[in-house]
Amino acid sequence: MNFDFSDDQRLLQEEVRKMLAATSTSAEVRKTLAGEAPYSAAVWRQLLDMGAAAAAIPEAYGGAGLGYLELCLVAEEAGRHLAPVPLASSIYLAAEALLQGGSEAQKQHWLPRIAKGEIIATAALGSAETYLTPAPLSFDGRTLNGSVSALPDGSVAGLAILRHDDELLLVDLAAAGVSRRALPSLDPTRPYAEISFAATPAQRLGAGNCAALAQRVLDAAAVLLAFEQVGGAARTLDMSRDYALERKAFGRQIGGFQALKHKMADIYTRNEMARVHAYYGAWALSSQAPELPVAAAAARVAATTAYNYAAEEAIEIHGGIGYTWEMDCHLHLRRARYLGQLIGSVHAWRARLGDELVKGAA
Amino acid sequence: MDFRDTPEEAAFRTRVRTWLEANAQPRHNDDERFDEGMNEEQRLAAAKEWQGRKAGAGYAAITWPKEAGGLGGTPMQQVIYNQEEGKFLVPRMVFEVSMGMCLPTVAMWAAPELKARYLPPGLAGKEIWCQLFSEPSAGSDTGGIRMRAEKQGEEWVINGQKVWTSSAQFCDYGILLTRSDWDKPKQEGLTMFIVDMKAPGVEVRPIHQMSGDSEFNEVFFTDVRIADSHRLGPECGGWKVMLSTLMTERLSVGGNLPTNLHEGLITLARKARWNGRPAIEDARVKAGIADAYLAMHGLELLLARGITAVSQGKTPGPEMSITKLVGAKGMQDIAGFAMELAGAEGLLTHDTLGQEWRFMQRLWLSAPGARLAGGTDEVLKNVIAERVLGLPGEVRSDRKIPFRELER
Repeated sequence: MNFDFSDDQRLLQEEVRKMLAATSTSAEVRKTLAGEAPYSAAVWRQLLDMGAAAAAIPEAYGGAGLGYLELCLVAEEAGRHLAPVPLASSIYLAAEALLQGGSEAQKQHWLPRIAKGEIIATAALGSAETYLTPAPLSFDGRTLNGSVSALPDGSVAGLAILRHDDELLLVDLAAAGVSRRALPSLDPTRPYAEISFAATPAQRLGAGNCAALAQRVLDAAAVLLAFEQVGGAARTLDMSRDYALERKAFGRQIGGFQALKHKMADIYTRNEMARVHAYYGAWALSSQAPELPVAAAAARVAATTAYNYAAEEAIEIHGGIGYTWEMDCHLHLRRARYLGQLIGSVHAWRARLGDELVKGAA
Repeated sequence: MDFRDTPEEAAFRTRVRTWLEANAQPRHNDDERFDEGMNEEQRLAAAKEWQGRKAGAGYAAITWPKEAGGLGGTPMQQVIYNQEEGKFLVPRMVFEVSMGMCLPTVAMWAAPELKARYLPPGLAGKEIWCQLFSEPSAGSDTGGIRMRAEKQGEEWVINGQKVWTSSAQFCDYGILLTRSDWDKPKQEGLTMFIVDMKAPGVEVRPIHQMSGDSEFNEVFFTDVRIADSHRLGPECGGWKVMLSTLMTERLSVGGNLPTNLHEGLITLARKARWNGRPAIEDARVKAGIADAYLAMHGLELLLARGITAVSQGKTPGPEMSITKLVGAKGMQDIAGFAMELAGAEGLLTHDTLGQEWRFMQRLWLSAPGARLAGGTDEVLKNVIAERVLGLPGEVRSDRKIPFRELER
């Protein structure tokens, strides 16, 4: 039985942690909060140069050729340090879709550029929940028309992978007929854009069953996002604990009041449950196990609820100071929402978990 | 990451499974019990017989040295044995306190001649032990016990009452926490003994639990005499001895948790009907099944983390402290959800609803006790807050005051 990461993998995590502690500082994250930049080019460059961002992309396609377990630990650190970078859009979603479904030529063309950071890629693989009604996409086999409403990192992406009915399309965003409109986000550190297409050249991503491919990519993303959430939730609890030890009221440390102790024990409990489900998802993803759909959905639900709870209660534990712009509590509250809704809400994933469990029961 | 055994672990598992197959009947579902239709006497005899057979094969105390009657094995081998034994219909509860708490405490603190006297028959299942710590006025606050121990020459005279003692009705010996000095602060005036449960002045009365069972007892001591040679640890050193007992309990990983309860829900939800359709088709039901999986499979994964540490010769991490908290509340929530599947009929017992309900209904009746036993949810949250997160301890007004001056 070895349900843990290896020493080598932990070493990589430690290196990434040190790098992010030095670069993905509160001041750096706040540049994106203030809209000075759509992402932190400095942090992104470091993650790329270390081979951390492209840990799961094979060397044949310009990646580090490590694996999903390594990428999971990179994700945990990115979450812990609120890294304002396009990991989810470019790596968990777009690169993963290319890897799983792209033709050899498509992989050869795009993956090295993503791995080296020459372009940022993004993806919209279909969401259970929608509200807006953008002009519907239409594809005649060669060109694309219509709009996509909320593409993560859409304003800086050079490549988009889009779900259109029963196909996944690959669109070079440098091509003709692409127009973009940045959309303000409740988590300004992770921006969205609307992208419209007018007779824009596009091609199908690979061949084969698109629905299964999209789900496979979303499952991988669910696991990787869960690690970001677990990292963010752990950091949030650390902040709350540290503040509760420092702050005094009624003549004692507020961390000594049982109401706060029990609240933090509850946060810890949810965090650790999320962590083991995320680990199980990492195992299923890295070993291509048939358990992946269940494990990914469980990781998604557990980590989403844990991070939201930890972030909401962090402000409660900090009190008034936690509600100020200057404290980082709200950065976690925003990020928890971003990560928790990026590939569909917790309700859709809980439903999927239930469906898969019922399907799997003899 | 790899959930499979190492070659050494696999070899030990095969060895254990072969022995179990030759000596016990396999279990087919969670609900099956070895003691179906047995009376108390038969149940006890079967448990003693099984313990004796385990001891004969070296499996009674896998981590104990061979000289002491164990197998000289590793904690991981104990985990593997527990996992495999759980797949068979064998008595598991009767000797849990003996093996998990009492005998390790005796081994740690008793004089050599006492160890020679008590450990072999305990291991072989000839004698059963119980643990006598809790009292009516000292539950979570164990340091507040009032069981009186007075020294008279080379003997101690014991008076008072214990409560929530498992198996006391058929135990031979117990480890007994007493107050020997009323002028010291609460935790400093305690002394631990080995007590003969058949001695004159020991009276056991079963507690009628809300589940209808009587697994626990009250035990009354009236002028019970214990030789000073049967003291465990120094006079007034009882608190430390008790902590060592609880520590051995905490170190045991693995065990008997029903970690696949979502499957039980699926079975019931296929038969139950909501608005005329199978309940299993309802999104709310599937969400409940998902939540059951999240809690209970999460527990199994937590145990897998603990077992990983044990397998690598490390101490399990602090996250293990959440297992009982999650497990007990999880069982309560899931059993309650199962009842809701049948609406008003969900209150009918399994006699009417069918055997498939028996396990969940038993779980619902036992869950409130599970949330208390071995530390209430609230005590466990304090433990997590203080020992894992490093938050301040509770304000205590009774630490430095002589016990006799404390308000009752």
